[in-house]
Amino acid sequence: MNGDLMVKDLHVSVEGKEILKGLSLEVKKGEVHAIMGPNGSGKSTFANTLMGHPKYEVTSGDILFKGESILEMETDERARAGLFMAFQYPVAIPGLTFGSFLRAALNARIAPSAGEDGKMPTKKGIPPKEFRDLMKKHMAALKMDEKFATRYLNDGFSGGEKKRAEILQMAILKPEIAIMDETDSGLDIDALKIVSEGVNTLSGPDLGVIVITHYNRILNYIKPHKIHVMKDGRIQATGGPELALELESRGYDWVREEVGTR
Amino acid sequence: MSTEPQTDIRDGYAEKYGFHDTEQHVFKSRKGLDEAIVREISQMKGEPEWMLDYRLKALEIFGKKPMPTWGGDVGAIDFQDIYYYVKPTKEEFKSWEDVPEDMKRTFDKLGIPEAEQKFLSGVGAQYDSEVVYHKIQEKLEKQGVIFLSMDHGLQQYPELVKQYFGTVIPSSDNKFAALNSSVWSGGSFIYVPKGVHVDVPLQAYFRINTKDMGQFERTLIIVDEDAYVHYVEGCTAPIYSSDSLHSAVVEIVVKKGGRCRYTTIQNWSNNVYNLVTKRAVAYANATMEWVDGNLGSKLTMKYPAIYMMEPGAHGEVLSIAFAGKGQHQDAGAKAVHCAPNTSSKIISKSISKDGGRAGYRGLVKVMKGAENCRSTVNCDALILDEHSRSDTYPYMEIEEDNVTIGHEATVSKIGDEQLFYLTARGIPEEEAAAMIVSGFIEPVVKELPMEYAVEMNRLIQLQMEGSVG
Repeated sequence: MNGDLMVKDLHVSVEGKEILKGLSLEVKKGEVHAIMGPNGSGKSTFANTLMGHPKYEVTSGDILFKGESILEMETDERARAGLFMAFQYPVAIPGLTFGSFLRAALNARIAPSAGEDGKMPTKKGIPPKEFRDLMKKHMAALKMDEKFATRYLNDGFSGGEKKRAEILQMAILKPEIAIMDETDSGLDIDALKIVSEGVNTLSGPDLGVIVITHYNRILNYIKPHKIHVMKDGRIQATGGPELALELESRGYDWVREEVGTR
Repeated sequence: MSTEPQTDIRDGYAEKYGFHDTEQHVFKSRKGLDEAIVREISQMKGEPEWMLDYRLKALEIFGKKPMPTWGGDVGAIDFQDIYYYVKPTKEEFKSWEDVPEDMKRTFDKLGIPEAEQKFLSGVGAQYDSEVVYHKIQEKLEKQGVIFLSMDHGLQQYPELVKQYFGTVIPSSDNKFAALNSSVWSGGSFIYVPKGVHVDVPLQAYFRINTKDMGQFERTLIIVDEDAYVHYVEGCTAPIYSSDSLHSAVVEIVVKKGGRCRYTTIQNWSNNVYNLVTKRAVAYANATMEWVDGNLGSKLTMKYPAIYMMEPGAHGEVLSIAFAGKGQHQDAGAKAVHCAPNTSSKIISKSISKDGGRAGYRGLVKVMKGAENCRSTVNCDALILDEHSRSDTYPYMEIEEDNVTIGHEATVSKIGDEQLFYLTARGIPEEEAAAMIVSGFIEPVVKELPMEYAVEMNRLIQLQMEGSVG
């Protein structure tokens, strides 16, 4: 059985240094996965590689999305195809309002044929009023002020606002596979709750979610189908929720000792 | 990011603005500049004697002044290889129907009559050396607002013109001001009477059509006490293989409590030298605002100035300079505080790309005795690739201690992380870069009337086309 996202023996280097050393993973729509692991295990590298960040070089292996390799696809093409990454530290873009940014993103997403010549789709996309209504509806659900739409993208957003903004984008862009880089968010309980509620609300038969985290506290709020333990650039162990409890009590060091390298 | 060869960023210009009409002037001076040419211009215009004298004196000054050795490279300008006066029509028209077909079609293409219908209260359209169309709403005319071509202004209001002409920018100010003063033609003359608010902008559009020509419009705006006007100018030219020269002089007087906003969207073709002197004097509690968008030209040297003459005067210069391949934008501002309790604000945003060079050159000057002045200068530069250049020359001459002066300057590049964030949401890279640039200039663009803000963003979009990262 093939998953909607198949990662096969993925090796990735950053500036000549190999970070991912044979990562394999299979995620289907409707599933929620958690990838846990100590600092420096390659979790964020995996998220960025999935989205095609130019700094990350795939040296071998493959990533298949809906049965096709995405390695040759640009970042924007991957996003339009239905991949989504919730950023841990979304970057600010002063002068660009959140609303106009999100409308441009949605228009790109709903016209997936666009971008072949590097240009935006010629068709008009979602009418402004329809978009405003859609955004209002989702903002209300996330308890966001409507004025949010007129603020500059991630500019001066608080930690919680950034998280809500990422979840709002995910809700509106309706990806098929979303990877949430929450490596450090275990530090901030509010941020954690916002992300968890977002995942719980949005997950369903049409969405597969991968949550990346360093702390297992997030598992108090999310019930993943599968938990993967990552260390030294590969998945070292995979299991159900019980694996998290094990990590809780014993830390990460036992993984290598007992499970070993596969 | 891609390293593919980049296309000329102003590719889109050719079709939209870079076309030219077949020449069909009613008069064209021979090439070159001398006393005979100046006399010929003045005579053809039927000017009063004092204006001819003024021109001839200016010509003399022009001959004596050295070329500027700072700013951009003006060494290649051959003053004897330029047509100084090209008269397109016998007269100036009040109806587009009367404007010769070719010229009307040109202005139609540029959207001028349409804009006039929709959101302007008066329009002047200059084609080469003369204004071919000029009209102001009757309502404003009845309130005593004068909006004429400079030539008609001189004919109809000789005393008013004589009183102010050359008082803000004397011929001796600089070489190009002297040149303009000797061969000026066209431009706008505006007078707004006491207390009158012109709520809807007046616009002038300047179009060069003839190859190897110089356009030297002259504008004088007088805003009387507690009056308000917003004047907008736009300009484009055909793309020729040889260079054209545009050298304007704009003088503005804002009297007690008055306010003037002067918006420029400069979009000359890349073969135009744009060497312009713009200056305003603001009296008690008056406000002068320059909103200056520079996208076109080969070289622009322009530093809109405000002299704050009496207490309470306020000056602002908000500028955007975009330099692409082969372009040098040496833009800036001058704020001169001559009286106590005056304030100024300068915001400059420059963008350079494909080897272009854009910068800020500005002066804040506080005279002795001008206490409690406040001035803030923000100049931000965005450099889009490693071939391009940005310069900042902020000069300060502060002769008074009790003042508040702030200056901030930033230079940045489009961040890879910003591009990654936007593309990770499905937005193509080229579009993403344009969005970042639009965001960068947004503090200035939001000051533009909606229609011009849209136009400015569209022009930026055009500039960004064919540029991948």
